[in-house]
Amino acid sequence: MNIVRYQRYPQSDLSVALDRLANMREEMDRVFESPFGSFFRPLASLSRWTPAVDVYHDKDQFTVQVELPGLKKEEIEISLHGDTLTIAGERKPQGNADQGFRTERFFGKFQRSLTLPAVVSAEKVNATYKDGILTVVLPKAEEAKPKQIEVALS
Amino acid sequence: MNIGAQQQKESANLATQEQRRVQYATPLVDVESNEEGYTIRAEMPGVDKSGLEITVDNGELTIVGHRRTSELAGEPVYREIRNNDFRRVYELDPAIDTAKISARIEQGILTLTLPKAESVKPRKITVE
Repeated sequence: MNIVRYQRYPQSDLSVALDRLANMREEMDRVFESPFGSFFRPLASLSRWTPAVDVYHDKDQFTVQVELPGLKKEEIEISLHGDTLTIAGERKPQGNADQGFRTERFFGKFQRSLTLPAVVSAEKVNATYKDGILTVVLPKAEEAKPKQIEVALS
Repeated sequence: MNIGAQQQKESANLATQEQRRVQYATPLVDVESNEEGYTIRAEMPGVDKSGLEITVDNGELTIVGHRRTSELAGEPVYREIRNNDFRRVYELDPAIDTAKISARIEQGILTLTLPKAESVKPRKITVE
């Protein structure tokens, strides 16, 4: 599964600090490994926020949940190219930025892509958005479902 | 030698500390202020109207958001979302008229409006 690691807003908490350190190290590793990474990745990670993602699966389907508080349905784009699911959009700032004296929230564009480990039937993908959580259900294609093969014992 | 016992005790202490600490998540918040009052916007994905507890006590505003736990089919493959409830406490500006605080939640964003009391708002005085 190829997913960009989620980075939450820094909190004064040792375990979070350590997590972030680990994230940075992984990020560095990736930057040096990938031929284009050193050019594109730093730019992308500065200008974007990364919503948190959960992926569940059972024998029939994948369920992907994304925390996207404060968006409109029309502002979320979901696309499926082969086995890659991409969720993207833009969150517009609310209120008057000049008057804010404590601003922690992220605004602007976001994008997350994940590679699904099995083929899904694209026409049956269904998504709902409720209470700031996007849920995408992707039924597995018939050929990707586990099959029981009966072996005759003689 | 009871070093082993000591270590066990310490790790038990750590475990309880851990439990206490992970009980709540801190929501990301924007606070806006102007002469009319304050607006607080808190990100609480997974919280609906029934999961909110907002209390004002002794000049302190406490926001608690209980997540609606959604049962997803199957087992987790990859997890980033923390399912902790949200909590945040604010000390209120005494100029706020606590009786007029209003709240609404829409797609996981809690918006609190805290108007200042009429008596403290800036006023223009006309010279007769």
